[in-house]
Amino acid sequence: MPPLPRLLAAALLLAAPAAPAQDTIKVGEFAALTGGIASFGQSSHKGTLLAIDELNAAGGVLGKKLALLTEDDQSLAGQPATIVRKLISQDHVVAILGEVASSKSLEAAPICQENHIPMISPASTNPKVTETGDYIFRVCFIDPFQGTVMAKFAASRGWKKVAVLTDVKQDYSMGLAQFFKAGVVQGGGEIVKEQSYSSGDKDFKPQLTSLKAAQPEAIFVPGYYAEVALIAKQARLLGIKAPLLGGDGWMGDSLLKVAGTALDGCYFSCHFSADDKAPAVQGFLASYRAKYGAEPDDMAALGYDSAMILAAAIKRAGTTDSAALRDALAATKDHPGVTGRITLDDKRNATKPAVILGVGQGGFHFVESVAP
Amino acid sequence: MRDRRLLLLAALVACGVGAHFAAGLNPYYYDVLVGVGINLILAASLNLVNGHTGQFSLGHAGFMAVGAYASAWLTLRAGGGSTLVFVLALLAGGAAAGLAGLAVGLPSLRLRGDYLAIVTLGFNEIIRGVIGNCEALGAQRGLGGMLRHTDLFWTFTGAILTVYVVTSLVGSTYGRGFLAVRDDEIAAEAVGIGTTKYKVLAFVVAAFFAGIAGGLYAHFKQYINPEGFNFFRSMDIVVMVILGGMGSTAGVCVAAALLTVLPEGLRWVSHLASLPAWLQHVAENRMILYSLLLIVLMLTRPQGLFGPRTARAHDRP
Repeated sequence: MPPLPRLLAAALLLAAPAAPAQDTIKVGEFAALTGGIASFGQSSHKGTLLAIDELNAAGGVLGKKLALLTEDDQSLAGQPATIVRKLISQDHVVAILGEVASSKSLEAAPICQENHIPMISPASTNPKVTETGDYIFRVCFIDPFQGTVMAKFAASRGWKKVAVLTDVKQDYSMGLAQFFKAGVVQGGGEIVKEQSYSSGDKDFKPQLTSLKAAQPEAIFVPGYYAEVALIAKQARLLGIKAPLLGGDGWMGDSLLKVAGTALDGCYFSCHFSADDKAPAVQGFLASYRAKYGAEPDDMAALGYDSAMILAAAIKRAGTTDSAALRDALAATKDHPGVTGRITLDDKRNATKPAVILGVGQGGFHFVESVAP
Repeated sequence: MRDRRLLLLAALVACGVGAHFAAGLNPYYYDVLVGVGINLILAASLNLVNGHTGQFSLGHAGFMAVGAYASAWLTLRAGGGSTLVFVLALLAGGAAAGLAGLAVGLPSLRLRGDYLAIVTLGFNEIIRGVIGNCEALGAQRGLGGMLRHTDLFWTFTGAILTVYVVTSLVGSTYGRGFLAVRDDEIAAEAVGIGTTKYKVLAFVVAAFFAGIAGGLYAHFKQYINPEGFNFFRSMDIVVMVILGGMGSTAGVCVAAALLTVLPEGLRWVSHLASLPAWLQHVAENRMILYSLLLIVLMLTRPQGLFGPRTARAHDRP
């Protein structure tokens, strides 16, 4: 056995690539390009790649081209740590972009922190990710924020008496509900009834009947699209006319296919809207369609923003030195991103407006954007 | 027997020396090597159940999860802990996994073949479900914040001890019972071998070492999540055992090392700039390449890499 590791080490050392070229700035990316959550990983990767291509077409950063080194973590636990070590120690990247899933970001974050390499997660919403250390950033908002946003939105529409229907199996849903309730009470509203369900449930009539009796003006359902579609259908069958409100978990292909017209007049918070007339959004949409021939989703927009924020920070720092780059990232303020004007706060989380989408006529439309 | 102990001693010394010199290794290679060591432990221990004893367990990652969470919980309670605490936590993790092995083994090892496979698969899912709903263990968010205690020395010490214990056990007079259970359970029972006892013993020993591997994993990656111990992780280990040759310790060790290094090697191939574009495109789909290699290997050597030679050595009276 003992010669084995050394033999392997020798074999691996022989396989090491040549020294890095000096005329490029290397940026590492780890993403789930294959495996269980590949649809998210592919989207964010496409967005990131688009940003890098655009930056290079415009002459690069600090007079150098950006090189994006992407590694696939196959949606597997254990892989992010290995890959990030590779990107840092072998490829000598100046920063790491990734990942969508919080569980993968949580694995990579300690390694980036230890090596003092800034890491920007495009879409990991679990608050713990950036708590790992001062080199870990994200460009998405965190779970509690969406709850607060929807509470503000309900108040602005004059809905004072609201009910809440939570998915008790999802941390995500519980977090949104908790901050929504606090926000409603703070805004002078009242929670008239609370009910819960579990992911995978099919029948929600008992909970809905109980909610109906309390006569809410709106019902907050911070779940995922599969259950939300069924809840909407059954609510209309029971004669509940109050609009349903929700978070970005609603965004899913099958939402409207299952719900039909039952969700018309309902609203949910989201990262960006294709209807947004901001130049950053329209420019992104045009170049994404031109490059991939498809419509971008939230993940693509967030991936794009993560790369753009990194490039802007490198420009401001004037160097790729890790400490200076970290400080420049932390100072990100009012960055005109696709997903809104992004400011990174002292906990390295993005503060930016959430977009509220309305449902109607078989699609989603932009309603307003709510600042934090 | 004396030779074997000398060999063990020599291996441990070599491991210590090797680990000493490997300390300055590129962290990426170091990571891959630790991965090799952990997979060695997992594959060599599963080989006792699936190879030597002829049972079919699909739940090895479940035992790994028990060890990983138990040891991580202990070192976290100890505020990170010293190396001594780490080693004790590793052993405690192994013991917890061994207990879990006993709990699963006693009722279910009266089953055979496919039925046992289904029960162990179910056990794996139960463990994941329990951890995923346990707030003290971080539930679905996972558990992090462990110190990085695991290094090459501890990993390969674990691997050497696993191989030593498994081969000694199977090679001993007592251990012939494992092979008897594999070769013909009814005949073994007829000559008075307690087949259930042997099966449970194999299960408990294998689970113990899987627990150790889990502890090493948890204190190397510093973050664990129930998803990391799913059915596919179990399948990875089963593939190592089958590819190496069921019941051949040397073969299983080679297969474990190969299957850990191969995907990383293919990663390197896929980034070679000198490759023609079409070849690069093929290499980008390295997991397809990896699967193809597995299929070719199984077609050309259905008995596994080292299958028949060592198996014959075992069969010799």
